[in-house]
Amino acid sequence: MTDLLDVKDLWVRFPTRTGVFDAVRGVSFRLGRERLGIVGESGSGKSMTGRAILRLIRPPGQVEAAHIRLDGENLLDKTEAQMRKIRGERISMVMQDPKFSLNPVMTVGEQLIEAYRLHARGGKAQARVKALEMLEAVSIRDPERVMRAYPHEMSGGMGQRIMIAMMLLPDPDLLIADEPTSALDVSVQGQVLQILDRLVQDRGMGLVFISHDLNLVAQFCDRVLIMYAGRVVETCEAARLHEASHPYTRGLLNSLPRFDAPQGRLEVLRRDPAWAETPSVGPDP
Amino acid sequence: MSGAGMRAWLLTDTPRSRGQARAAALYQGWLAFRSNPLAMVGLAILILLLAVAAFAPLIAPHDPFVQDLGNRLKPLGTPGHPLGTDSLGRDILSRLIYGSRITLYIVTLVALIAPIAGLIVGTVAGYLGGWVDMVLMRITDIFLAFPRLVLALAFVAALGAGIENAVLAISLTAWPPYARIARAETLTIRKSDFISAIRLQGAGPIRIVTRHIWPLCISSLIVRVTLDMAGIILAAAGLGFLGLGAQPPSPEWGAMISEGRRFILDHWWVATMPGLAIFTVSLGFNLLGDGLRDVLDPKNET
Amino acid sequence: MSALSFQNLDVWFGDGHDRVDAVRNASFEVAPGESFGLVGESGSGKSTILRALTGLAPHWSGEMRVEGRALGHRRDRAFYKKVQMVFQDPYASLHPRQSVDQVLSESLHLHGFRDIEPRIERLLDDVGLGPAFRFRFPHQLSGGQRQRVAIARALAPEPSILLLDEPTSALDVSVQAEILNLLTDLRTEHRLTFLMVSHDLAVVAHMCERIAVMQAGEIVEVMGVDEMRAMRPSHPYTRTLLEASLGYRRKPSPAGPG
Repeated sequence: MTDLLDVKDLWVRFPTRTGVFDAVRGVSFRLGRERLGIVGESGSGKSMTGRAILRLIRPPGQVEAAHIRLDGENLLDKTEAQMRKIRGERISMVMQDPKFSLNPVMTVGEQLIEAYRLHARGGKAQARVKALEMLEAVSIRDPERVMRAYPHEMSGGMGQRIMIAMMLLPDPDLLIADEPTSALDVSVQGQVLQILDRLVQDRGMGLVFISHDLNLVAQFCDRVLIMYAGRVVETCEAARLHEASHPYTRGLLNSLPRFDAPQGRLEVLRRDPAWAETPSVGPDP
Repeated sequence: MSGAGMRAWLLTDTPRSRGQARAAALYQGWLAFRSNPLAMVGLAILILLLAVAAFAPLIAPHDPFVQDLGNRLKPLGTPGHPLGTDSLGRDILSRLIYGSRITLYIVTLVALIAPIAGLIVGTVAGYLGGWVDMVLMRITDIFLAFPRLVLALAFVAALGAGIENAVLAISLTAWPPYARIARAETLTIRKSDFISAIRLQGAGPIRIVTRHIWPLCISSLIVRVTLDMAGIILAAAGLGFLGLGAQPPSPEWGAMISEGRRFILDHWWVATMPGLAIFTVSLGFNLLGDGLRDVLDPKNET
Repeated sequence: MSALSFQNLDVWFGDGHDRVDAVRNASFEVAPGESFGLVGESGSGKSTILRALTGLAPHWSGEMRVEGRALGHRRDRAFYKKVQMVFQDPYASLHPRQSVDQVLSESLHLHGFRDIEPRIERLLDDVGLGPAFRFRFPHQLSGGQRQRVAIARALAPEPSILLLDEPTSALDVSVQAEILNLLTDLRTEHRLTFLMVSHDLAVVAHMCERIAVMQAGEIVEVMGVDEMRAMRPSHPYTRTLLEASLGYRRKPSPAGPG
C-alpha cells in the first residue's frame, strides 16, 4: 500500500518563560487509505500532532520533523500559500464542537458554498448544487431549510454533520478528525460515526481519528497509536487492542469502569516516569 | 535568607503558609510583568513622574511663579532655561516640574473615586438584578449622558473654578464606564460554579460580592483605569485650557498650553513642551495598562 | 424515612410564553446510605433536579423532602450542613483567586466551626491531598487535584447527603478512576447518601445501586443497576440509551448504489 501520509520524527515545541515545552516528541507513523486512531489523555500531544500535519501551529510554536509527506510531497517544504491550497483540498480537519468551529454569523449555506468555491472553479449555482448534495450525503433530511439556517439553530449532532459535509465538499484525500463526537450525546454519536464511516469508505479516504476514548477508537479504526507525554508508546491493530502489552495502555484499559461487570474498586494507573523517556515507537518498517 | 534562597522561596510550587503564597503570587506576577519591555518603559515613565513630583523643589532650576518680563519667550536651549520661557518670562522647565504635582494630584483623586464608585454600583446591580439593577443602571445612564465639559461648566458656575471642582466634575463623568464593566463581569461571574458552591456553604450576598466578586473585577478595573488615565489627564488639561480647572498662575499643563496658544506660530515651544509632557505621561499609563492586563488576566485562563 | 424524596417535581425557567419546562412531574426516592443515579442525555433535566434541590433553581412546584422535612423556597444553614454538592467542571468550581486553604477555611467558618486548623488538615488527608497542596492556587493544581479540593469543600460541614453532578466527566480516564475510588471510599467511611448525575452509563453502573432514566424532563424508568447491566430495560428509550452506550458497531453497507 502506498503511503498517503508519512510522518517521521515530528517534534512540536513551545517556548515558555520556564523553558521549552515539548508537546510532541519524535512521533513517527505511516498511514495508507485506512483509519488510524490516535489515543491519549490530555497533554499527550495527540491534538498537536493533528494540527502539526496541517501546519496550523503558529510561532512561537515550532514544528520540526524529518518529513511530513503527503503522497510523497514533504509538507514542511511548502509555503503558506501552497498549504492554503492543500488544506481543504487534500487534507481536511473536523473538530470537536461545531458551536465553535462553524461561523455563527453566516448561514450554513453560505459557509458550504464558500468552502466549495475556495478550491473548485465554478459559479455560485454549481456550488449550491454540490452543497445540497453533500448535505444529503450526511443524511440531513431537509437540506434546503438547513442551507438557510444559522449554526446556532442546529443541534449538536446536526452541526457536526454540517461540519463533516463542509470538510468533505472539496473531496480531500485525508481527513483528520479531532474528537469529532466527544461533545455529542451518546445516541447521536452513533449516527455521526456511521456517516463518517460510510463517507470515508466510499471515497477511499485516509482518516486520522484523534480521541481520548480508547474503546471507541478500537471499534472505529483499523489501527491505533497510543500517545503519552508527547510520545507514541504503543501501536497495534484495533481488533487486537485488548492484547496490548505496554503498561500504560493496559493501565488505561483496566482503569475504565466496566458496564457489564461490577468491580469493587477501579484499578488506578501508576505512572512510570520511564514511559515519558523511552523513545517513540515508530512505524513497522 | 540568601538571594538564591529567597528566590527559590518565592518561586516554589508548594507554599507552606498564607504569607508565602501571597508573596509568591506577587513575585511571579512581577516576573511576568518584567518580561514585557514596553510595560517596563511605561513603569519607568510613571516612576519618573512620581520622582519629579516628589523632588520638585530640589530639581526645578527656578521658581515657577517668578516673572521676568525682560526674558519673555526665550527659545529652547537658552542658557539657564533649557526649555525656554513663556510669555511672562517664567521658566518652562520649572513650571513643567511643578505642574507634574498637579497632574499627579488630579490623576490620583480621579483614579480613586471613579473606579471605586463604579465597582460598588456595578457589582451590586449585577449581583442583585431585578429592580435594583434597573434603578442603578438608569442612574448610570444619566451620568453617562453628561458631557464632561458641560458638567464642569455647571460646577464652575455653581461652586467657582478650581482644581478640586475640576476633579469632581471629571470623576462624576468617569465612573459610569467602570460601573458597566463591573456589572458585565458580575453577570458572568455570578453564573459560575464557584459562586454556586459558596452559596451552598451558606454565604450571603454581601460576602459573595465583596470577597468573591470584587477580587475578580478589580484586575479589569485596574487595567481600564490605567488606559483611561490618558483621557483623564487630557480632560483635566482641557478644563485647564478653558480656564475651568487650575487657575493662573498655577503651572497646570493644560493651562500652560492655553497660555501658549497665542504664540504657537513663532514661539511654538511654549505650548508644545507641556503638550509633550502630557503625551509622555499618557503613553506611560497606556503601556503600563497593557502590561498589567497581560499579567492580571492569564491566570483566569486554564 | 428516605434521605431524599421528590414528588411531582416540576422545574421551569422563564415566564408565560417564554417558559421552558426543564423537569416535569419527577417522582422518586433515595434511601439513606443508598447511591442513586440520574442518567440521561443533555437537556434531560437531570442536573436541573440537583439545582432545584439545592435552591439554585428559582421556579419549581411539587414536593421535595430531605430526611422527611419538606423544603420551601429558601434553604437554611441546617440544610447546607446536611446536603452538599460536587460540581462537574473542576476548572470552574474553585475561585481562581483563592488558595485551597482559603476555600476550606471559609467553608468551615461559614458553618460555624472553630477548630479550623485540624479540620483543614483532616479534610485534605481524607481526599488524598497532602499538606503541600494547602496553599496552592487552582491554576497550580491539576484537574483531578481540583476535584479533590471540591470534594473536600463539600465534606467540610460533615453532610449526610452528597450530590454529584457529573463529577468525573471533565477528567482524564486515569484520573477518573482515582476520583471514583475516592468517592466510593468516602461513602463507606462517612456513611453518605449519593445522588449522582451522569451521562456515562459505565460510571453509573460502577457507582450506583439504582438509577432513574430521564428523557426531555421526565423520568421514564427507575431500575436497579443489575437490571441495567443485564440489559433488561422496560422502556424503549432506556433500551436505545443502553444500546448506544455499548459503543460503535459498524453496520454492513447496503449492496449497490444509493
